[in-house]
Amino acid sequence: MSRRTLRRLLNVLALGLSGVATAIGLFFLAAILWTLVKNGVAGLSPQVFKAMTPPPGSAGGLLNAIYGSIAMTLMGILIGAPIGMLAGTHLAEYGRNSRLSAVIRFVNDVLLSAPSIIVGLFVYELLVVTMGHFSALAGAVALAIIAMPVTVRTTEDMLNLVPQGMKDASTAMGAYPWRTITDIVYPAARSGLVTGLLLAVARISGETAPLLFTALNNQFWSTNLNAPMANLPVVIFQFALSPYPNWQQLAWTGALLITFSILVLSIVARVVVARLNPAGKR
Amino acid sequence: MNTVAAIDPRHAAGQRLRERVFRSATFVAALLVLILLGGVALLLLHGAWPAFAQFKLGFLTREVWNPVTEQFGALAAVYGTVVTSFIALLLAIPVGFGIAIFLTELAPQWMKRPVGVAIELLAAVPSIIYGIWGLFVLAPILQRHVQPWMIDHLGPLPAIGRLFQGPPFGIGVLTASLVLAIMVIPFISAVTRDVFETVPDVLKESAYGLGATTWEVIWQVVVPYTRTGMIGGIMLGLGRALGETMAVTFVIGNAHRIGSSLLAPGTTISAAIANEFAEADAGLYTSSLVALGALLFLITFSVIAIARLLLVRLERRAMSSV
Repeated sequence: MSRRTLRRLLNVLALGLSGVATAIGLFFLAAILWTLVKNGVAGLSPQVFKAMTPPPGSAGGLLNAIYGSIAMTLMGILIGAPIGMLAGTHLAEYGRNSRLSAVIRFVNDVLLSAPSIIVGLFVYELLVVTMGHFSALAGAVALAIIAMPVTVRTTEDMLNLVPQGMKDASTAMGAYPWRTITDIVYPAARSGLVTGLLLAVARISGETAPLLFTALNNQFWSTNLNAPMANLPVVIFQFALSPYPNWQQLAWTGALLITFSILVLSIVARVVVARLNPAGKR
Repeated sequence: MNTVAAIDPRHAAGQRLRERVFRSATFVAALLVLILLGGVALLLLHGAWPAFAQFKLGFLTREVWNPVTEQFGALAAVYGTVVTSFIALLLAIPVGFGIAIFLTELAPQWMKRPVGVAIELLAAVPSIIYGIWGLFVLAPILQRHVQPWMIDHLGPLPAIGRLFQGPPFGIGVLTASLVLAIMVIPFISAVTRDVFETVPDVLKESAYGLGATTWEVIWQVVVPYTRTGMIGGIMLGLGRALGETMAVTFVIGNAHRIGSSLLAPGTTISAAIANEFAEADAGLYTSSLVALGALLFLITFSVIAIARLLLVRLERRAMSSV
């Protein structure tokens, strides 16, 4: 075999394998989604949205868990996102070139990829131990701590996309920086900021580990922020590992609901980015 | 109107006040990021203190984990964490690398975006979903079809044979590593693809001009140019694998022991915490679990920090070469 054919062969082989690698990745996504649909759809009925989580052996739904998940995710975003956006604003505008900002940026990146169970332990020590009991509030704070670094990052990135000329024009008109930021920069970066929020929501709504020992779980309907609150991820965790068929069925249905909500959120967020940045640079 | 207002001294003072308030608010929020990291470190250390004080360095070197006699050592959990993450990376690196090549060099334009998004969605699937999928779908398949084959064919081999002996449990270290690998793939492929795109076209074109094949351009131009960035991406994936909780908790079997076989159940730091924390009684047991958390924090913090530093260095070089 000539050296030339050998090189060609190696090329085809390597590129072929890269195609195989992609097929493997797509296969697992399809396999997981298929399992969820196959096992989850069977239990999908109006009952799921009307009834509370049942004791083993009797019929029930997921209403309290769905409510708890939405409530705690919203609270987490309401606490975490404003702080994250302000911090992102500092990094992109006021403190753009300072040394401290470089450190903050670095620490934020570390927090961004820190294990979520660590956040759970932290909030347990911070709130659950001091208050003496598990609570929905502690769960929301844990989610907020996970959402915050995400919004810091996306806010900074999005504000950096706003052309300097626009800011200069505003400054030349005599506007103070805060006015320029709130009236010019934020509106210009709006769709990017919305994307950041959506990604943060998608990130925290499936989190289980930080809720395990903060919000815990609650078999009953509860809107009390100072008491344990049911939520989909922890319910899925408990029910899936239980020996009861009706609990397992509810776990699959919950898994289906939560996964597809998150996938829809993630896709919507990407569409918003694509529209913001039609040149195609992700 | 605005011009008139701007001359009004009271208005100007109001503007200055708001400027000061807004500016301080953003600054305080940014400082909060630092305070948060410091707070996490301090509180974990505080919670872990009783365990560290009781067991001293023995906490790191002992395999025992017995809530009844209150003897706790982290070795089995640390071992499980390191081994599962290592195997996961071994499996995920070639696949993630291949996906990045496919997306940057091979895929036709219309295919790039949908395939790229699909791979990214793999990262958006919550970890608990990987957990139940791993337990109810992957583990039975491994137990019935893959592990018996491994025990028959790999088990008798010298040296590596020990890794594949014992009964096929389905769940265990190997299954956990596989699930972790699937979860880490999108991270590695995303970072690798991003750093691949920082390679200047001129470099690639000159290699093509000399008659290099696509694979030779990738292996001899793109990979050497982006090595730091790729290592950064791999470390990020490692950080994720080390701290991953729910998926592992479902499939690892939660046994505090170091088995020589990969097919046997084990545990990881995060799985031990998730499994036992709620039922642990206050005192030494809880403190030992928090101490495990502090160890995990230390390990992942170092890994992620190194990854970020490598990525930052690559970014700087890409900036200066433009």
